[in-house]
Amino acid sequence: MSDATRDEICVVAVAECFRGDGERLCNPIGTIAMIGGRLARETFEPDLVMTDGFGMFTSSVIPPNVNPYKSVDGRFVLDEVVEAWNPYPQMFPVLWNGRRHVMMGGSQIDQYGNQNFACIGDWHQPKVQLLGFRGAPGNTINHTTSYWMPNHNPKVFVPKVDVVSGVGYDRARALGPEASRFHEIRRVVTNLAVLDFETPDNRMRLRSGHPGISIDQIVEATGFELVIPEDITETRLPTDEELRLIREVIDPEDLRKGDIKL
Amino acid sequence: MSTIPDKRMTEDEVVGELRSGMTIGIGGWASRRKPMSLIRAILRSDLTDLTIVSYGGPDIGLLCAAGTVRKAIYGFVSLDTIPLEPHFRTARQTGSIEAMELDEGMLLLGLQAAAWRIPFIPTRAGLGSDLPLVMPELKMVQSPYPGLDGGPGEEMIAMPALPLDAALIHQNRADQGGNGQFLGSDLYMDDLFAMAAEHTYMSCEQIIPTEDFAKHGSFHTQRISRLMTTGVIEAPGGAHFTECPPDYGRDESFQKEYAASASSPEVWDEFRARWLDLESEADYQQAVAARRAEKGA
Repeated sequence: MSDATRDEICVVAVAECFRGDGERLCNPIGTIAMIGGRLARETFEPDLVMTDGFGMFTSSVIPPNVNPYKSVDGRFVLDEVVEAWNPYPQMFPVLWNGRRHVMMGGSQIDQYGNQNFACIGDWHQPKVQLLGFRGAPGNTINHTTSYWMPNHNPKVFVPKVDVVSGVGYDRARALGPEASRFHEIRRVVTNLAVLDFETPDNRMRLRSGHPGISIDQIVEATGFELVIPEDITETRLPTDEELRLIREVIDPEDLRKGDIKL
Repeated sequence: MSTIPDKRMTEDEVVGELRSGMTIGIGGWASRRKPMSLIRAILRSDLTDLTIVSYGGPDIGLLCAAGTVRKAIYGFVSLDTIPLEPHFRTARQTGSIEAMELDEGMLLLGLQAAAWRIPFIPTRAGLGSDLPLVMPELKMVQSPYPGLDGGPGEEMIAMPALPLDAALIHQNRADQGGNGQFLGSDLYMDDLFAMAAEHTYMSCEQIIPTEDFAKHGSFHTQRISRLMTTGVIEAPGGAHFTECPPDYGRDESFQKEYAASASSPEVWDEFRARWLDLESEADYQQAVAARRAEKGA
């Protein structure tokens, strides 16, 4: 019997999003997302390339709150193994080139995977200004995107997002096959479930519910009609080795526990 | 060795070259290596009605709070450790500024187009999102070349050039001729800002003889050429309270105090009186040193 907690189940569900990606920039943003990406690379997807959260691709396993940059006697020193220098101006060429799978967050998402973290209300004078469009439009139209949503509820999973910052399947389809050929929203991992868009019209589908979470709970937390397949599996439990890596190597300070609503 | 020009200026002399209504680009990134001493000089002036182009941090926040901004053009506005810039939020939520809110990569392309003196660069970024819907000034362009299936060419967004009247950037080292050197991990878009601008004013932690650049870092760090710069300003601590590694990190406790100043107009007035309504940058640096001594840091 595994003693894995829900945050650890989510970490593994995040890691599973990157399975099969091979030699690609795995770029999860957010604490649990980052831990999950690093877990994938340390286990079943060793060819993934990852950043240090700043300007380097690094082969080191860096805990989420660690900044590997130090100033020593007025010199810049890096406490990590650098595979390549990838400063911000270089990140855009990488993502336009497509060899990247980003995992972002979001304040709202709809049934086709349109995501909003720009603002709440009318964009011209928002009720609440959030992050703005940031990189979401360019990311979603150029390469694979997944989402980590730590608080699955009807205010986040909405019938219609206030502003489309990340492009969903209906919007992508309207652009035609050529303009949308690099678009893929692979998965949405939440504190309750794993969701995907593997349906004929790319509407959001329940892929698995986390252990201990009922389908009713998930349906209730979703503000639109979720596609529920007949055979639903449970999100898989971490292996002993995965638990060891999460607890001792990747996140020894348990920061993951602060990045999830229970 | 030939002598290089002497472009040294003070912050106030730079501000004397700027005019109300100008479009001003600001280098750095969020709360990282921002030319804050030049921002503070703008805040001491009567400049107003500015269009600010930036990967925004407290530069945009401060200028918004002081009411000098007509329009902000940005990829984001963040304080890094405080994800949302509070003064900027207030400005957006009260509608006190116009906004051109771009995908971060689109902003890079707008600066690149201006730097190359071309009217636009086509991009897929923005397609399908609400960007072109809420900002109809973003036009589409059709590729003149056949599409993949031999049919009509692909439709893309034509990201317009963002030419700047002036750019303000901060480097770790510079020489008097306006060559600059960054010693941290990232130049950010400072070179693009410099090339997109009619005039670029570069502050730095220290002005050194040209031949001393090599003592501080490899030639790879010498990314700003005097071809791009009009003036150079020696401003030790000039990026405070943003980070300027390896010279110094972010002053997090000061940044917290700054962020808290958005809580009410009264608190902002206090912050402004204490930290911005000063005679000079030297006075500011002295006040910061006193604060640091007081906090025992």
